[in-house]
Amino acid sequence: MLLQRFLKERTAVFGLAVIVVFTLIAVFAPLLAPYDPLQQDIPNGLAAPSPEHWMGTDKLGRDVFSRMLYGARISLGAGLGVVLMSAVIGTLIGIVAGYVGGWTDEGIMRVTDIFFAFPSLILAMAIAGALGPSLQNALIAVAVVTWPVYARLIRGQVLILRNREFVQAARAVGAGHGLILRRHLFPNTLSPLLVQASFDMGVTILAVAGLSFIGFGAQPPTPEWGVMISEGRNYITTHWWLTFFPAMAMLLAVAGFNLVGDGLRDVLDPRLRR
Amino acid sequence: MAAFILRRLGGLVFVLVGVSLLTFFLAQMVPADPAGAALGSNAREEQIAAYRQQLGLDEPVVVQYGIYMSRLLQGDLGNSIRTRRAVAADLRDFLPATVELTLAAMLVTIVLGIPLGIIAALNRNTWIDAGARILALIGGAMPIFYVGLVLLGVFYRQLQWLPGPGRLDSTLQPPTQITGLYTIDALLTGNWPVFTNAVAHLILPSITLGLFSTAVLLRMTRSSMLEMLGQDYVRTARAKGLGQRLVIGRHVFKNALPPILTIVGILFGSLLSGAVLTETIFNWPGIGRYATTSVTTLDYPAVMGVALVAAIIYPVANTLVDIGYSIIDPRVRAD
Repeated sequence: MLLQRFLKERTAVFGLAVIVVFTLIAVFAPLLAPYDPLQQDIPNGLAAPSPEHWMGTDKLGRDVFSRMLYGARISLGAGLGVVLMSAVIGTLIGIVAGYVGGWTDEGIMRVTDIFFAFPSLILAMAIAGALGPSLQNALIAVAVVTWPVYARLIRGQVLILRNREFVQAARAVGAGHGLILRRHLFPNTLSPLLVQASFDMGVTILAVAGLSFIGFGAQPPTPEWGVMISEGRNYITTHWWLTFFPAMAMLLAVAGFNLVGDGLRDVLDPRLRR
Repeated sequence: MAAFILRRLGGLVFVLVGVSLLTFFLAQMVPADPAGAALGSNAREEQIAAYRQQLGLDEPVVVQYGIYMSRLLQGDLGNSIRTRRAVAADLRDFLPATVELTLAAMLVTIVLGIPLGIIAALNRNTWIDAGARILALIGGAMPIFYVGLVLLGVFYRQLQWLPGPGRLDSTLQPPTQITGLYTIDALLTGNWPVFTNAVAHLILPSITLGLFSTAVLLRMTRSSMLEMLGQDYVRTARAKGLGQRLVIGRHVFKNALPPILTIVGILFGSLLSGAVLTETIFNWPGIGRYATTSVTTLDYPAVMGVALVAAIIYPVANTLVDIGYSIIDPRVRAD
């Protein structure tokens, strides 16, 4: 039923197709890539796209197409890692805040206020810098700035659900807190969670690439899209292919997740339907 | 009304204390020794020890936080390890550049986002609407650092239509400092060449920075307008014979405005985040670039200063929007 409605949203299906393609690329990158993404061939550096090198080569003669394929692995993996980390932490905290209420709720919400006060990239950069520049630390940093979104979202849902008849009925028949949370509250928070997670995949891919671009994420020679754009930045007008392909890959992947997020929201929450 | 504003300001104070705690905690996490970093590799052990004592680094963490807070309340953000100046003085120099860039990007956002959103909504499901939505999709998914590099490559290096990185051509002297915003100061002092040059320098970075928020505002305006267009009172207004312009201007847009205004407040935060990348690309001497260099050199007093200032600007902007909102729409005050 829901699936059928989702499949009627043409743009969302397009987004889903894009995500599926990128996922396949990420999983099968070693099989699909014609070259080793780190293999240097300096005499053939900065070669324009050709039948041998579909997307050309960079200044060290590395195959841009192979690097872009491997980049999908890093970017999608990064998105998934961050979204999972922040969704799990945020959901647990949000459920506690919404269900317990009172001062616990008040305290937790004020803590999320503190995180919301920072422009996310500045805080993420400060965290990544303090931990030391690496892809893993960049992911931790982005997760630290992302979890409050989930905490707020889930708390709001739980507040609405807490006093619904079915929860009161469960309580009346003697269900314990654990059972109510697991069986009745959590499953009903899943749809907004899914919508948020879909949008955050896109946001995270851009944030991690941004951090890598300024040197606080993945480090060269890692074939990461942000790193690739950073390495090609001085060749933008002379050797456009160094930056164009990773940028387009990022645009497509992020747009894919955004379209799926839109479609999911329309299907799961008809009130917001536009 | 006063109670509402007071409650918002109370929340703000709490947030700022939390922000100071968080930035202090972050600086504690840095593995490098700030005293060693400040004195350089030639410093002797006893010099470093003396310097540590002078900075209060030999005290327990709680005492250090106390010292930090008491200095902070006097407006002392400590000294930058890299520039060897007071962080507050550094920020005073760099903040106006970021404010000018952010405001210019906000102008781009509002000037493009709201009209395009309205046009899209009024032409729902036509090619105009489709075009606007594709623009919003691309704007929301494009890595802004690539956009910046391309704009700079094409319009500065290739076509040479617009000036390159920085706030002014190197041949020009900055205007007499009044607000620190070159465009405003140049206008106030009647310095026409500096004004036009500063505006030209703002074009590419403000488009780069404003692209993402334009996409968000376009979508929000479109959907808010569509929601209002479907309301009964709009049908009534049409039925009683009001012209399209009056219906849209007086009835639809006015009621669609509050959510649009909220988004503008929220977008301010994303603009400050985006400023980090934009300033790096355009060599813009603002706090974003200052923060990037400070993090790279582990200059954490400076990082803490930037984080604090950024974290103050954002909730203050949001509080102002909320208060403005409560003036437009009395219902939110009851919330």
